[in-house]
Amino acid sequence: MKFPPSSADHGHACVLRVENLSVNIGSDCILKNVNLHVHCGQLVALIGPNGAGKSTFLKAVLGQREYEGVIAFSQPGQRSRKPRIGYVPQSPAFDPSDPVSVADLFACCMSRRPAFLGLGKSMRQTVLECLERVHGVELIDKRVGTLSGGELQRVLLALALEPMPNILILDEPLSGVDIEGMENLMDMLDEIRKTYDLSILMTTHDFSMLPRYADQVVLIDHAVLVHGDPETVLASAEFARAFQMKGGKP
Amino acid sequence: MSLWYALCEALPVEMLRWDFMKNALLAMLLMAPLFGLLSTMIVTGRMSFFSDALGHSAFTGIAIGAICGLTAPIGAAVAFSIFFALLFSYVRSRSSQSADTLIGVFSSTAVALGIFVATLGGGSFTKYNKFLIGDILSVSPQEIGLLAAVLLGVVIFWCLGANRLTLTVIHPQLAASRGIPVGLEQTVFTVAVAVVVTLSISSVGLLILNSLLVLPGASARNVSRNLKQYHVFSVVLALAAGLGGLTVSYYFGCSAGAAISLILAVFFGITFCLRRKAG
Repeated sequence: MKFPPSSADHGHACVLRVENLSVNIGSDCILKNVNLHVHCGQLVALIGPNGAGKSTFLKAVLGQREYEGVIAFSQPGQRSRKPRIGYVPQSPAFDPSDPVSVADLFACCMSRRPAFLGLGKSMRQTVLECLERVHGVELIDKRVGTLSGGELQRVLLALALEPMPNILILDEPLSGVDIEGMENLMDMLDEIRKTYDLSILMTTHDFSMLPRYADQVVLIDHAVLVHGDPETVLASAEFARAFQMKGGKP
Repeated sequence: MSLWYALCEALPVEMLRWDFMKNALLAMLLMAPLFGLLSTMIVTGRMSFFSDALGHSAFTGIAIGAICGLTAPIGAAVAFSIFFALLFSYVRSRSSQSADTLIGVFSSTAVALGIFVATLGGGSFTKYNKFLIGDILSVSPQEIGLLAAVLLGVVIFWCLGANRLTLTVIHPQLAASRGIPVGLEQTVFTVAVAVVVTLSISSVGLLILNSLLVLPGASARNVSRNLKQYHVFSVVLALAAGLGGLTVSYYFGCSAGAAISLILAVFFGITFCLRRKAG
């Protein structure tokens, strides 16, 4: 399945361009001839059955997997070829007994000063500013193991937004999050991408959120089966086949 | 050392009139922060059982060193424990078996090899008892110097790498996503623990070593809400148990290692009862 050439992209600058992407692990073909364009300020959702190669696709884009084909980034108004990518990995919860606060987690990720000496005033201020972006200032002294699924995702999101990336990649951000938390998180992503003109690429198993939030949905199962706006993809025969046969939850 | 002796003489404490007690006290003051620090990461990284296995491999290295006729078997022991740690890391990364199973495999192999080598040709085993039970009361000034060097090394390692290492052990996926080489970090830490355990074991013995490597961190976890508290509690508990254990052993004439371990166990019990509510 081919995307229209860039000239037909309604004037939006293309932030991420993937062409003829193939990934093989050993003799297994995980992804074959995948094409995908992410435009500035768009939210693109990647869906597909378990084992379809969604996470592998994200890892190839992040440069953590070897691949064949083209993965190109471009920034409107900037010539730099390497954009900043913010990444929220698929995340199991922390050990509930870990004596690590949210502030400690930020310090471990962002500061050279050893976190066990405590946070300096300016670091604490930085952490508060980061958490403010996800409306999570009150989480700063909570232990990471006690965060709910939604709170954990917000904290990881806040980490991925410092420094502010050009493109944000999230792997299954909605798994382990309850319905209310999901809407909160999606509203927040929507707000962030509008405020910072950020492009978002995410994988998900939850299709109920797609019509409201996604600009583009791509269904893959080792190759792109169908892509387009959420309504088109969710109503397609390919979608029904992919999830009926593999027992997903349409 | 003479400065330390003079300082101890000046203190109005009866047990410090003896040179061996002065040595033991100094060794304890070095060991408590050393093991208190390591303990935090060992417990967080679920390596308690592994450090125990490393202690056994160090003993095997010492036995091999002794049989090869080396005058200082400690060099052979360090080399063997590094080999043991690297081999374990390699097998763990390639095997689907759980870590505790693999540690069991390595630990019993190391002990068997040590006993096999030590008793080869009808040799006696008793001369190795020092390493198994150990005795902090017979620590020599040279060994204290070694402990001080190890402590300095660990503090430097901690200040340079604690943030990355903490992230690696609490959330490997997040660490990898931020460009930290997770496998390398884990291997470096494993080797560092191996070196520290081996260098310390001949002066203090396996029993006290393992309790100091696990119990302070385990107790501190019960009551800490962040990394700073975790480290402070761990070091303070190790220090209190060390000093308390020495005193108890002096006045009751029992093994210092056992007294320290038991006091640490009491601390764990107390902190367990005081453990923080979720939040």
